[in-house]
Amino acid sequence: MAAKQLSEPNATRRHMIEAFLGGGLLASFASFVYPVLRYLIPPPVVDLGGDEIVAAQLSELKPNSAKIFRFGSRPGLLIRNSDGTYRALSATCTHLGCTVQYRSDLRQIWCACHNGIYDLNGRNVSGPPPRPLEVFDVHSRGDEIVVSRKREA
Amino acid sequence: MFAAFRRWFDERLNWDDLIAPLRHKTVPTHRLSYWYFLGGITLFLFGIQVATGILLLLYYRPGANEAFESVQYIMTQVRFGWLIRSIHSWSANLMIFTAFAHMFSVLFLKAYRKPRELTWLSGMILLFLVMGFGFSGYLLPWNTLAFFATKVGTEITGQVPIMGKPMMIFLRGGEEVTGATLTRFFGFHVAVLPGIATVLLLVHLLLVQRLGMSVPPKLEAEWTANPSAKREMKFFPNFLLREMMAWYVGLGVLGVLAAVFPWNLGVKADPFVPAPAGIKPEWYFLFMFQTLKLIPSKVWFIDGEVLGVLAFGLVGFMWILLPFFESDQPSRTKGWITGLAVFALAYVAGMSVYGHLAK
Repeated sequence: MAAKQLSEPNATRRHMIEAFLGGGLLASFASFVYPVLRYLIPPPVVDLGGDEIVAAQLSELKPNSAKIFRFGSRPGLLIRNSDGTYRALSATCTHLGCTVQYRSDLRQIWCACHNGIYDLNGRNVSGPPPRPLEVFDVHSRGDEIVVSRKREA
Repeated sequence: MFAAFRRWFDERLNWDDLIAPLRHKTVPTHRLSYWYFLGGITLFLFGIQVATGILLLLYYRPGANEAFESVQYIMTQVRFGWLIRSIHSWSANLMIFTAFAHMFSVLFLKAYRKPRELTWLSGMILLFLVMGFGFSGYLLPWNTLAFFATKVGTEITGQVPIMGKPMMIFLRGGEEVTGATLTRFFGFHVAVLPGIATVLLLVHLLLVQRLGMSVPPKLEAEWTANPSAKREMKFFPNFLLREMMAWYVGLGVLGVLAAVFPWNLGVKADPFVPAPAGIKPEWYFLFMFQTLKLIPSKVWFIDGEVLGVLAFGLVGFMWILLPFFESDQPSRTKGWITGLAVFALAYVAGMSVYGHLAK
């Protein structure tokens, strides 16, 4: 009986062993590859910037001029209008992420990369930008100008 | 002395057998033979890139706080550093140009057809790798132009549906272009890409060696009809010596360009400064840049950018597979690939010039 089994190996038993071996190899391979794949994607950065930042001093900007300030890890644009009022917007172009600038000659916001233009409310007026710029709240505290993210209604 | 060395090697390696195929290799001689030089010149420029690249590695330091300064140091303090860097930049640009010229010459001389489909395939992947070298190397000096070029380039990758965002984060090493991006691009530029390119280059050369030089179909028909009209020269040493003369001229051109028009370093990148006016990518990306600029922001309900990126991806992919679209009966597909090549050449050239002139 035992001799017969040796000469005619059981096909299902062989398949079983092949499946175990193959599966084991595959699983071990996956266990090598998975850490590498995870390693490729960097860990998310915790943005400790909060929702509020001092963008400038009161005396810093002349009317009809602007500056870039750091808002968390991204740039923001603080504009002082001709009438002395302030407004602040995200300075990251909604098209391909270049940093925009204030054009005092046009009184508009301009992106040099692909000639995108926004009005002072951040609306995309012409050129390729698909969306308006995010607008921030501006208020003064003492002699500092504080910019904060708009509270979601 | 030399003969003794040679005998020693021959006894062990059977040297003569090894280089026999090289001796039998011939290059067809006709009025278009000059186009056969382009691949060799590209190879030569690749060699220059490897040599000068290794030299630059001796002083270059990756990192947002060091990269710009180290290139500045190479250019101002290290003796002949300006020359080495300038040659690396010029040679990179010339290599991209000769690689493109090589690709188009292969198209027009119909050298991509059976049995050379795999040579074309490996060559096209090499062409994309060369552009990858250009894109990753451009960031390494960490100047303003490079910073925004990388920002826009990786953002374009991010437009690809589904896979785009993870790919962008993988390329950038985070959500934004930072020092982490620089580290990654440095790794791609000096380790990943050279490794892949070297292997593919060997495959490409082996295929060229194995299949022999292609003869343009018209000429081939003439030569088959009238075998006495056939003209060939030996690859070794006749063609190789001519090729090396071309290399020598190339080296001269390179030296003059690098010395007379040294490459600028520009201004150090600052993520919190607006993109400067007149910013443009390198000339070899200009035709894509200009196309993307012309597509409206919305086409029907799809974002213009997404449409442009997908279209370029699709065209690039089809281009790689071009030889497989030509049917076996040349009469049926008479000339449409040549027509396509003329159109592509005109489009790339036209858009590049337009992009260069446009504000």
